[in-house]
Amino acid sequence: MAKLILSLDGLVLKEYELTKERTTIGRKPHNDVQIDNLAVSGEHAVIVTILNDSFLEDLGSTNGTLVNGQPVKKHFLQNNDVVELGKYKLKYLSEQGGQAKMDFEKTMVLRPGAAQAAAPATPRSFADTAINQTPAALHGGEPPAPRPAAPAQRIGMLQILTGGNAGKELELTKPLTTMGKPGVQVAVITRRPQGYFITHVEGAQFPILNGKTLDAQAHALNDHDIVELAGVKMEFFFKA
Amino acid sequence: MNLDLALEMVSATDAGMVRSHNEDSVAFDASMGLAVLADGMGGYNAGEVASGMATAVIVAEMRNALARNPHAAAAQTLLREQIVKANTSIYQASHSQPQYSGMGTTLVAALFHDNKVTVAHIGDSRMYRMRGQNFGQVTKDHSLLQEQIDSGLITPEQARVSANKNLVTRALGIDPEVEPEIHDYDTQSGDLYLLCSDGLCDMVSDEDIGMALQTLAANLKLCADQLVQMANDNGGRDNVSVMLVKIRRDYAAPRGFLAKFFNWLK
Repeated sequence: MAKLILSLDGLVLKEYELTKERTTIGRKPHNDVQIDNLAVSGEHAVIVTILNDSFLEDLGSTNGTLVNGQPVKKHFLQNNDVVELGKYKLKYLSEQGGQAKMDFEKTMVLRPGAAQAAAPATPRSFADTAINQTPAALHGGEPPAPRPAAPAQRIGMLQILTGGNAGKELELTKPLTTMGKPGVQVAVITRRPQGYFITHVEGAQFPILNGKTLDAQAHALNDHDIVELAGVKMEFFFKA
Repeated sequence: MNLDLALEMVSATDAGMVRSHNEDSVAFDASMGLAVLADGMGGYNAGEVASGMATAVIVAEMRNALARNPHAAAAQTLLREQIVKANTSIYQASHSQPQYSGMGTTLVAALFHDNKVTVAHIGDSRMYRMRGQNFGQVTKDHSLLQEQIDSGLITPEQARVSANKNLVTRALGIDPEVEPEIHDYDTQSGDLYLLCSDGLCDMVSDEDIGMALQTLAANLKLCADQLVQMANDNGGRDNVSVMLVKIRRDYAAPRGFLAKFFNWLK
């Protein structure tokens, strides 16, 4: 369950769980999050929560609503966002329980109508009944983990050694770089987390790597390898 | 009409880097011009069973239907009928066998005929098309996320980080009735079509998918393997399946009296 932490001048005043579909924020007492301060409008803003996602909307307040210092009308709340109303701050924390991430990411069916249900109501996902999967996986799961950051990778370069373009250099920054003449002989160099690989794409001739003709498989490229393709020699090396 | 010469089809499927088994299924028959891809869901192996039934039933039933009457109904009707049969089979299996209870699957199916493609989909399995330099998505997901994008609640950029990625609003086999979304598109010689499960498009950006199709169109098998590898290199958190269909040349249905006569002779 996502929550809001209300603070003033760095002092935590209260915590609110986002259990309702609509959580209202304002000065008047009927609001779910009541902030009794004249800088806050009677009905200042609302947070709409749909399953794991929460959206903040300013209700045309006099003094406006800031998220991370920027004025917003509508905002898709992300973990650790700071919402400011006057001098008050509301920190948004999405659930970070380390549970069942794998299960959570499994595709599930959401029947029509379930989207209207407030977050705590279990959607009538068939998964709940059919699979050894807890309803908590739906609500308590954490947002997809950030992709594993690509390790700092050395940039590969290709220098043409023979032919009309001899001396030219090419930086291999794209995930895929093709070389050769379409219809005659083409090879591709793929950039992967493990390094660079060369693979034959088309043509009767296969690329030659360090004097050895390759097969259809991908081959890893090492520093100062010599590639020969359609009669042109090239050297692969890592940028210093 | 045999489309073997007009269409080149390849597929690749992989469990990914995290999942222990593969709940995706792919099946195609180039001579019929049919390609089917399904991403199953359900406990234990039920997801595999559901997606496997979907692809097997649709391909087999389509073969029967075309054998009975090769020039019968319109493609949309034909495809819809086979999808309904698959839905019924999965639904009945899930209600007669407790271990399959609640299983279901997403689906994307393409039937190529007469210089057209009829595309049916349910859930978040997709079709993309590359025509010349243009690469774009053909189908629109039946998912909570897509509904949120459509209603302006979130932008496509925000959708990439949403926590609700995995909720589909339609699936095959979970209800007695199913309503696939079906559309016809004209095809051109040189077009390249990609059918894929969400394991690809969740892990690899559309831009990178387009680049792979663009650069490796000359070698479809390598292109399919490359797409799977890119998904796995980016984390491979889900099963990933891809199917590529290249239009090698026109495949207009024979027209006119003589053609009909010859078809009747066959």
